[in-house]
Amino acid sequence: MSMGEFFHMGGYAFYVWSAYGLAAVVLIANVLLPRARRRRLLRELARERQRADRSR
Amino acid sequence: MSRAHASTAAPGRLLALWHAMHRLAAPRHFYHFAGRVAPWLGGVTLTLFAAGLYGGLVLAPPDYQQGESYRIIFVHVPSAWMSMFVYVVLAAAGAIGLIWRVKLAESVARASAPLGASFTFLALASGSLWGKPMWGAWWVWDARLTSELILLFLYLGYMALQSAIPDRRTAARAGAVLAVVGVVNLPIIHYSVEWWNTLHQGATITKFDKPSIHLSMLIPLLIMALAFQLYYLWALLLRLRCELLVQERRTNWVGELVESRS
Repeated sequence: MSMGEFFHMGGYAFYVWSAYGLAAVVLIANVLLPRARRRRLLRELARERQRADRSR
Repeated sequence: MSRAHASTAAPGRLLALWHAMHRLAAPRHFYHFAGRVAPWLGGVTLTLFAAGLYGGLVLAPPDYQQGESYRIIFVHVPSAWMSMFVYVVLAAAGAIGLIWRVKLAESVARASAPLGASFTFLALASGSLWGKPMWGAWWVWDARLTSELILLFLYLGYMALQSAIPDRRTAARAGAVLAVVGVVNLPIIHYSVEWWNTLHQGATITKFDKPSIHLSMLIPLLIMALAFQLYYLWALLLRLRCELLVQERRTNWVGELVESRS
């Protein structure tokens, strides 16, 4: 099987690769988003603490 | 009773196990535990995905009826299975939170909902991409497809409820009631292909007699299913860490954590 044939998927390339592409996007996003959110949360909490320290 | 006594006899050992589990369920310990376990889970998940994709896209032969288009099965079926499995987790964690007021269970439910919605979306979208070349339609109002769409709405309703109610514990209780009531949809999804005359094909793998799928296709499918399962655990731990930080933001341990990082 050549590379071209592989990507051609017997004429079903659009359907097969769209399904796999969508899955990849959704699954990767669900790993990256919580990571970014946790970093953001920790930054926010640090700022909150600094403000609380100053007003004390 | 102090922990020092609970190590010798068998009941003592049980008690020690109970203490260990209780300790792990404490948000502070769970946060760090999740942080240690997540990278390993991620590594195993990615390895399984690589194996499953190689088996499914390269090694498995084309289907004698559907040609290459059937390869969508390797994302479609695991997503569909996970869409239902995560719902069971959502409802069970919701019920545990409702009955015993376990905060960690409430967080598990809250963190599971967007993942369940993601799997349901993928099951519907990949099914649509498979249906177009095979049935000639992106969508049909068939019992299997409709009940799966209702599942997506149950997840979205749960998430809307969580963001609409500012008090997290009230939101958890309201969501749990919705999730538990929605469980009736699960047997409807599963048996829809038997109860109604549908376009969707019947079960090929979860039949009690021999599955009607060749081993060269079944093995990558099962590897992908396992990969999806571990992926869910991995993504769940990442989300749980965020939920715990929000839930515990006023506590000392989060304060110390933030201090130690700055």
